[in-house]
Amino acid sequence: MRRDFLEKTLRNLGDALDEAGRAESSGPLRRLDPRVKLAGFFGLILAAASSRHLPVTLGLWGLGATLAAVSGPGAWRAILRLWAGVGLLTGAVALPALFLTPGPALDWGVTQTGLQSALTLLVRVETTATFASLIALTTPWPALLKALRHFHVPALAVVIFAMATRFIFVLLGIARDAFEARRARHVGHLPGKLRRQMAASGAAMLLGKSIQLSGEVYDAMRARGFRGEAVTLDEFRCSRADWAAAGLFLALTGAALEWGCWR
Amino acid sequence: MHIPDGYLSPSTCAVMTAVSLPFWAVGLRRVKAAFSARLAPLISVCAAFSFVVMMFNLPLPGGTTGHAVGVAVAAIVLGPWASMLAISVALLIQAVFFGDGGITAFGANCFNMAIAGSFVADAVYRAIAGAAPLGSRRRVVAAGLAGYVALNAAALLAGIEFGLQPMLFHDASGAPLYCPYPLGIAVPAMMLGHLAFAGVAEGILAAGVVAWLQQNEPSLFEIHAAAGRGRAQRIGWAVVLALVFAAPLGLIATGTAWGEWAVEDFSKPEARAAVAAASGNVEPPAEAPGGMARLAELWKAPLPDYAPAFLHNAAAGYILSAGAGVALTGAAALGLQWLARGARRRNPVG
Repeated sequence: MRRDFLEKTLRNLGDALDEAGRAESSGPLRRLDPRVKLAGFFGLILAAASSRHLPVTLGLWGLGATLAAVSGPGAWRAILRLWAGVGLLTGAVALPALFLTPGPALDWGVTQTGLQSALTLLVRVETTATFASLIALTTPWPALLKALRHFHVPALAVVIFAMATRFIFVLLGIARDAFEARRARHVGHLPGKLRRQMAASGAAMLLGKSIQLSGEVYDAMRARGFRGEAVTLDEFRCSRADWAAAGLFLALTGAALEWGCWR
Repeated sequence: MHIPDGYLSPSTCAVMTAVSLPFWAVGLRRVKAAFSARLAPLISVCAAFSFVVMMFNLPLPGGTTGHAVGVAVAAIVLGPWASMLAISVALLIQAVFFGDGGITAFGANCFNMAIAGSFVADAVYRAIAGAAPLGSRRRVVAAGLAGYVALNAAALLAGIEFGLQPMLFHDASGAPLYCPYPLGIAVPAMMLGHLAFAGVAEGILAAGVVAWLQQNEPSLFEIHAAAGRGRAQRIGWAVVLALVFAAPLGLIATGTAWGEWAVEDFSKPEARAAVAAASGNVEPPAEAPGGMARLAELWKAPLPDYAPAFLHNAAAGYILSAGAGVALTGAAALGLQWLARGARRRNPVG
């Protein structure tokens, strides 16, 4: 049976809330200094994105898979879901390239150049997505935001990111409640125009609530002494293990760039 | 629409981030000046709104559903600068938390959806709504069209970025290293889905939200009105920006424009054939006309045929030439503006 837009929207909103709640991990990456992790994974993402040799990109993908495997079952399941989603999307995008890219012909109309470029794209996208997800899966959001301050991201921007993340959960809850309430009063199949009006009025209601909420939060912040200048706490300390991990990240990134890009 | 990591080369990502940085810097300054300490809660809540709206499934004519970005609604209610910041924050959270859109491609995604999307939506909405009353139907239509055009402009930019990859980045065997489709495939493939579905979803959302706000919360339209200034100039810059980023479309075109032949084209057999084919099969003269040959010697362009001699990649040369042209035109416009200001200061009555 075809699900209507209310069901789909509710499922999307529920999935988003669940996804955020499920992102639990353990293992050595969890204990690593967030600054080391952020810089290290960014370096690996750059190396994977720059790699021109499939074996090097495959090696980096293997590294990402290993790191996900040692980060606990929650992180591993999240990475498997990610691979499935990214693989399906990128596979669909890359599929026509097998036939459309000019080059020496193989069987079934596939060209060698097309096969090579489709594989390179698929493996690279899976690898970079793995590293990007590992940052989020193994680092609590507040620690990640605090780490951003060490890379000279303005404090105001960090505060905005932090507040936006919290508001997302508030607004997701409001939107889900509103759609649940609408579904409870909903009988039979509504005409398309009415369904579109309902979706748009749901969004408009949410916008109104958002602006109202921003006013209330602003008043609460002012009451606590906020005058527009954002301040964040920075209490990170690098241990020996963090320095060793930083060295390892640097060596791996350098090797991947050397073998995959510069050589 | 959310470009993942790996589809664009690191240098493309770096260029797109560098292009986006001044917008973020100016946006933060302007929005802070307009909203003062209220900036942080307003932008964060609006970013959260944009994020949640992207989860909505909108029923489309024909029985399908589609997602909107909410960029037109944000641009209409908050203004383009605040909208740009809010959508950028939403895109960052999507990239880091949900893997939707890449981290290295963040600058490109922000440029397409947050920056170009916000400014195009604002320009279209203002151009169509004009001075119509806040509660008029014209504003609903304007919002719908603004959403439709803004999302398609963002899709066009993404298509161009994809399409440039195989031209600029391939290995020795010619295999593309990043997105494998040239402009001729990438742009139509991106545009088809957005013209038919995603743009429609954005338009429906924007029109529906504006209609609802007109009835229930008209005061929300005053947020942007209270903060906005210099709109005509902004619209002008948005149009210029859109044209600049459409420049690589010229790479799709084949052959030369009729009547723009070089002197040496008259002596090359393949160029002569092209001239004849474009001129109703009338053969060109055996050699270039004397006057044409004489005048062609008068001036040697520094970047002849949009192909600087020091760059061996034709596509890169074309884009560099486009950038140089825009910079020179901008400098000339600023020079004229400066001269006009000077003249006004010397002769304030005239």
